[in-house]
Amino acid sequence: MNKTTGTARNYPSSPQQKATVRAVLDARSQQPGALLPILHDIQDQLGYIPADVVADIAEALNVSRAEVHGVITYYHHFRSEPAQGAVVQVCRAEACQSCGSEALWEHASKSAAGHNVTLEPVYCLGLCATAPAVQIRDKFHARVTPTKFDRLLAQLKEAA
Amino acid sequence: MSTAVKIYVPRDSAALALGADETAAAIQSEAKKRNIAIELVRNSSRGLFWLEPLVEVATQKGRVAYGPVQAEDVARLFDVGFQNGGAHKLGLGLTEEIDYLKKQERLTFARMGITDPVSLEDYQAHEGYAGLRKALEIKPTDVVQQVLDSGLRGRGGAAFPAGIKWKTVAAAQADQKYVVCNADEGDSGTFSDRMTMEGDPYMLIEGMTIAAMATGATRGYIYVRSEYPHAIANLNEAIARATKAGFLGDSVLGSGRAFHLEVRKGAGSYVCGEETAMLESIEGKRGIVRAKPPIPALQGLFGKPTVINNVITYASVPIILARGAAFYANYGMGRSKGTLPIQLAGNIKHGGLVEKAFGVTLRELVFTYGGGTASGRPVKAIQVGGPLGAYVPEQHWDLPMDYEGWTAVGATVGHGGIVVHDDTSDMRKLARYAMEFCAIESCGKCTPCRIGSTRGVEVIDRLADADRQGKPEVKAQQVKLLRDLCDTMVNGSLCAMGGMTPFPVLSALNHYPQDFGLSNPDKKAA
Repeated sequence: MNKTTGTARNYPSSPQQKATVRAVLDARSQQPGALLPILHDIQDQLGYIPADVVADIAEALNVSRAEVHGVITYYHHFRSEPAQGAVVQVCRAEACQSCGSEALWEHASKSAAGHNVTLEPVYCLGLCATAPAVQIRDKFHARVTPTKFDRLLAQLKEAA
Repeated sequence: MSTAVKIYVPRDSAALALGADETAAAIQSEAKKRNIAIELVRNSSRGLFWLEPLVEVATQKGRVAYGPVQAEDVARLFDVGFQNGGAHKLGLGLTEEIDYLKKQERLTFARMGITDPVSLEDYQAHEGYAGLRKALEIKPTDVVQQVLDSGLRGRGGAAFPAGIKWKTVAAAQADQKYVVCNADEGDSGTFSDRMTMEGDPYMLIEGMTIAAMATGATRGYIYVRSEYPHAIANLNEAIARATKAGFLGDSVLGSGRAFHLEVRKGAGSYVCGEETAMLESIEGKRGIVRAKPPIPALQGLFGKPTVINNVITYASVPIILARGAAFYANYGMGRSKGTLPIQLAGNIKHGGLVEKAFGVTLRELVFTYGGGTASGRPVKAIQVGGPLGAYVPEQHWDLPMDYEGWTAVGATVGHGGIVVHDDTSDMRKLARYAMEFCAIESCGKCTPCRIGSTRGVEVIDRLADADRQGKPEVKAQQVKLLRDLCDTMVNGSLCAMGGMTPFPVLSALNHYPQDFGLSNPDKKAA
């Protein structure tokens, strides 16, 4: 629900990206339970996990491609294609709901359409005493009203 | 003034989300402009979140607080000489004298907001590592005995006695044992783990090290959710510093006993908060629940004996060792010993962290500490213990907090998260959300959870339709179906995800029937 589920075949890796993946695999594949750290490293550096590097990962860890694919698609955090623009997450868990996050989500859905952002729900950022909470790129924002949300989007546009 | 004034600006996530970085920058530049020598310390949060960013200055009388301080307030604060404790409308007086803080019983959170989180010197100056030093002086079996005698129970939700787990792992024979910290704090309304990892990471590291020394484990993992980037960064820095200083590594404090610790980042899966799903995730697999037995204490991570506790459980251990089991066990009531860091969240005026001994009531927490709702409207429902916890109606608000006592009335202490809803909340929508959340997050291994949650959403929707269309017989039928479905989920699920999702649903249905269009409730215990 909170991730893109496209087939991702439109985003093959470039030679440069392949090299990045190779470096990650060289550094990590001997670590016990290395798959999640590897996927995190790749996504942190490339912004997503290209479908055509799944085979490289599988080979390095000596597991099947299906297993690697299964892990990537199981976890909400991993993306098989790049996010469009900045990632904007609005918390929709109970504490935020009690302070109007459902209305904020509806507002955000409309507002985000005019911006180059990927809007996603998130279920708890741990800012439950200062709800509703939003994360934009790596930054947290608390007590976000629709007005404040639009201001944050505008700042994002300015910064771009 | 010749020496620099110490000014504290928190770097806790919630403070940052309210502009603490901007406030800190404004203080730096304003001080420079005015030629005032300051030492800016980025401390952790005291947990009084309605006052964040809470700026403190060190004066001869003690630390004086101002809050909430936004960047635009800073110049005026310097105008009144706040760096010397000058009077201002944001002034709160001596921090320690603030009622909310003064009335607490902070054992685990004693350092919170006071120290620089990654400073080992600060940590040790405030009783840090006294517990580990004690643990290294006595036999491992005596360490386990201390934890047993303290009565400490797992603070993650299941409330299993920590000492019994430790004893099982200590007695197991294996070439490798592990200590794993479950820091996948995914429950809405909970943030005490996040605060601990961000604000006092050495306390967790010390607790895990004591567990390793007690059980013979040499490797440890802290599994932290990806939604907590600041916690991950602080832990990594603290682990690096602790390793360099000899508190971790091949020979912990020169004892000849090894303990290596590593942070593992989760990837946005709620069910990985369940201990066996978490183990699968650390092993690099999909986070799917394992059937028990075997218990993780005997066959846990990579099939080896593993101690698994959550953040607050480990964080409670150093003080038990440092001051003795009896000291800790003196707090609390019945079989619920010690203190619990309780998180006041949602629609609440004074949201924050309150550490109290067991025995405190919901009414005291929500109204005396919390000050009622933020919206100023009447409190309608209080959900306790996370998304899988029940909505507790007013008749139980005066019940002392105690694991057994609360279970008896269908409530869950859980991880101590409290989410307040005012009278505008629609309990049917919240019940539907509980089912929907379970459908999104179910690992899919067992049918009651995977299919039951989807059916649960449908049944609640049909119930709402029947209500709108005025079909009482359909409503009655759907209510019966919903109860039946909940019964199957409670009794047929492998783990708490499917097994407890019915708690919020049934408590909403039982205590707020009017929201479901039911006037004559068919009362059954959740």
